[in-house]
This record gives sequence, structure tokens and C-alpha cells, in this order.
Amino acid sequence: MNARALLSTRKGLFEASREGGHWSLREAGFAGEPVSCALHDSRDGAVYAALNLGHFGVKLHRREPDTEAWSEIGVPVYPPQQPAQQDAQQKDVEWTLQMIWSLAAGGNDAPGVLWAGTLPGGLFRSADRGTSWELVRSLWDEPSRPEWFGGGYDVPGLHSICVDPRDSRHLLVGISCGGAWVTRDGGASWKAAVAGMRAAYMPPERAEEPAVQDPHLIAQCRASPDVYWCQHHNGIWRSADGAGRWEEIGPAARAVASDFGFAVAAHPADPLTAWFVPAIADERRIPIDAALCVTRTRDGGKSFEALREGLPQRQCYDLVYRHGLAVAPDGRTLLIGSTTGSVWASGDGGERWELLSAHLPPVYAVTFF
Amino acid sequence: MPTLIFTQQLRRFIPAPEVTTAAATLRAALEDAFGAHPQLRGYVLDDQGHLRRHLTVFIDGRRLRDHADLSDPLQPASKVHVMQALSGG
Repeated sequence: MNARALLSTRKGLFEASREGGHWSLREAGFAGEPVSCALHDSRDGAVYAALNLGHFGVKLHRREPDTEAWSEIGVPVYPPQQPAQQDAQQKDVEWTLQMIWSLAAGGNDAPGVLWAGTLPGGLFRSADRGTSWELVRSLWDEPSRPEWFGGGYDVPGLHSICVDPRDSRHLLVGISCGGAWVTRDGGASWKAAVAGMRAAYMPPERAEEPAVQDPHLIAQCRASPDVYWCQHHNGIWRSADGAGRWEEIGPAARAVASDFGFAVAAHPADPLTAWFVPAIADERRIPIDAALCVTRTRDGGKSFEALREGLPQRQCYDLVYRHGLAVAPDGRTLLIGSTTGSVWASGDGGERWELLSAHLPPVYAVTFF
Repeated sequence: MPTLIFTQQLRRFIPAPEVTTAAATLRAALEDAFGAHPQLRGYVLDDQGHLRRHLTVFIDGRRLRDHADLSDPLQPASKVHVMQALSGG
């Protein structure tokens, strides 16, 4: 089966494609420029690429279907900064776009709608295919936002946007560090959605506070949208009830590797299957014993297996960022892109892996289309 | 008349020709340039209208003082260079 994916890297956008069982890579634009993430909108075939130009700021480009040319479109712009309240305990972040960290298409019931997750900690909505954007003020004004803090970056960042395929007014977003939030009314109102999680990096009395949870990534099962998986800063959680309650499943992953990592990919059809890429722990972000593996559960997290065939098992220091692991709609084709610029593919659910390149720029994000 | 000269690096992304202005402050001069070339604004200023963190401006050879309000005065024959700061890599 053929497959195509976009690889967003520190120095350009690349496309991986498999035809006749053979994988190939090609440049897809912006050679030399940092591409923080990309999106293929299956509703109309457009592709979006977010750039993070070191000097000149964040830019967003769109490529229309069946063309090669990119055109610059609008970017999210924060509104004029309001002074923090006098009794505020925390200094507010600067209301200036630092990065587009995630992009998602609205549902089939909302043509033209796109969502962007940003640093610092914002969710933006476009109703016109990215030409213009508006900050989702209800989440930005969430009373707990002053308690959010940077996780991986100096400021909070919104990295996960799960649009319910049954009803696109139902969204779940994940923030490092700012917890997870659900709206059922298209963003008018939000509720915390991290019950069951705990933050081992906080004082014990604040460990279960919603706004300080650090979900590294949250992924949703397309066929069973009430099932979410979360690779958290200090473990792995799964919810089977629409993020009403999360169950910790990390110990079973620790039994075969580690439950620390950034990435998670949810099987699109099987709500019991997901993949992770473990590292030693938050203090040492390298593969365990310098040997790379992918962990997979096929029973909802009761047990995990470590998959290693075709992955380097010695002197390997590749780390996989939170958007660096993806599964294709077939549920069997997987791609991993690493901070060392290595890319591996699997065509059998992770049993065996094939190296596509060891020489790409550091990979930020992988997405199939 | 003061002249604004933009880093050549900008031209990898957008047109950025020299702009002559009658403005008396850096802010007013940049607004003249953005009026003629609207796309320039987002490349030079951030969301709050401040100079981007990794850009710098030299006015007659002196680095600007006011990144936020861009209130630095210009002389009638000022040469203003909008440049990349090395902090941006």
C-alpha cells in the first residue's frame, strides 16, 4: 500500500513516500529554514507549513493540492497585551507568537476551519483556511493560566489538538505545562480534563492540580473517539471515557522499557493499541542502554512489548520529540523521526523497522497524508 | 531625508527595498515603510509592535535605544539600517 508523510525539520520540509514497497525522501520546500509543524487537510488537499524564522518571526505557508508552489498566508497574532492584575503572583508571558507547535483541521462539518496551537500557550482558530486567525480568548482567559509554566520551552505551549470526528465542536487540547482542556461548544467554554493524572515534579500538595499537569502529547483513537492516550512527563495514561477519567498505565511500560518519553501514536481503528518511544527518564533523555526501541500495547495498556528489530541497538542517542512518531490511516505503517536526523519506517505495526535516512536535519514532526 | 535600508536577508522572503521618509522618529519611519510594503511589518515587528527580539537597528552607526516604542529620533540625513542581530543565530 502506498503512503506519504511530511517531515518538519530544523532545516526544511521533506516528504517521505512509499510506492511499490519502496520508501523515498525528497525536499518539499523551505530548505534551510526551521519548519515547526505541517498539516495536510484531507478535506481539500491543501498542505500547511509553519516556519519559525529565527530573526523574522513565525510564518505560515499554504500549498494548494496538486501544485508545488507555497504562498505565505496569515499567522496567529496575539491581541494587545493587557497589564497583569495588581495582585498577580506571576509575571505574565509576552503576548507575542513564538511558534506554531500544532495544526489541526476542523471537522467535515466545519469546512475551512483550522486550529493552531502556539507558544506561548495559545489556541487560535481560522475560519478561512488560515488566511486570518483569532485567539480563542476563552481558553487564554482561563483563570488558571497564570499557573501554567514552560515545559521544554520557557513559556507554556499548546501541542495537542484532538478534534472529535463525531462533532467538531468537541475539542481536547493539551498544554505543556498547563494540563488538558475540553470544549463541547466549539471553544466558547472549557473544562479541565486531567482527572487521574499526577505531577511528580510538583510539591505533593499540588500534584493533582489540573493546571500543572504536563501531558507531553495526547492522541485520540479515530474510530473510538472516547479513547485518548497521553504520554505525560512522568508516566503514561489512558482514558476510555472521553477524558473524564485517566488511568495510569505506565508501570506496564516500565516493565519492558520506560514510561518516560514524548511521543504517542494511537491506532486509528483499534482502541486498545498505541505506540510510544521511550527514553531513560526526564533527567537523561537518551535511549535506555543507548538502544532505541518502540513500545506497543495491544490490550489497552495492561501489557507492553518493546519492538527493536531494525532499530539501532548500540551507541544510539536519538531522541524522538512529541510529534516525531506517527501512524498512517492503515494502522500498520509507522514513521519515526529523531533529533539526530534519523528516520525509520515500519510497514507491520512496528515489528520491523527500516532506516530511511540518518542524515536529515533534526526532525520536529511527522504526519501522514 | 532619512533613508531606511533593510537587511539583504529579508529579500529571501519578501521584497524589502530602501525607503526614503520625512519621519522624525524610527517608529514613524518604519510606519512609512510598512505603508508602502505591508508585508514587511510582520517580519520586523512582533505582535505587540516591538522590534523583533533578534533584529536590531542602527541609526547613523549607533544601535537603537528603544526596542519597544521605537522612539529614537532621526536626523534629516539619517541612514537607518534594519539588521539581523547575531543573537538570532
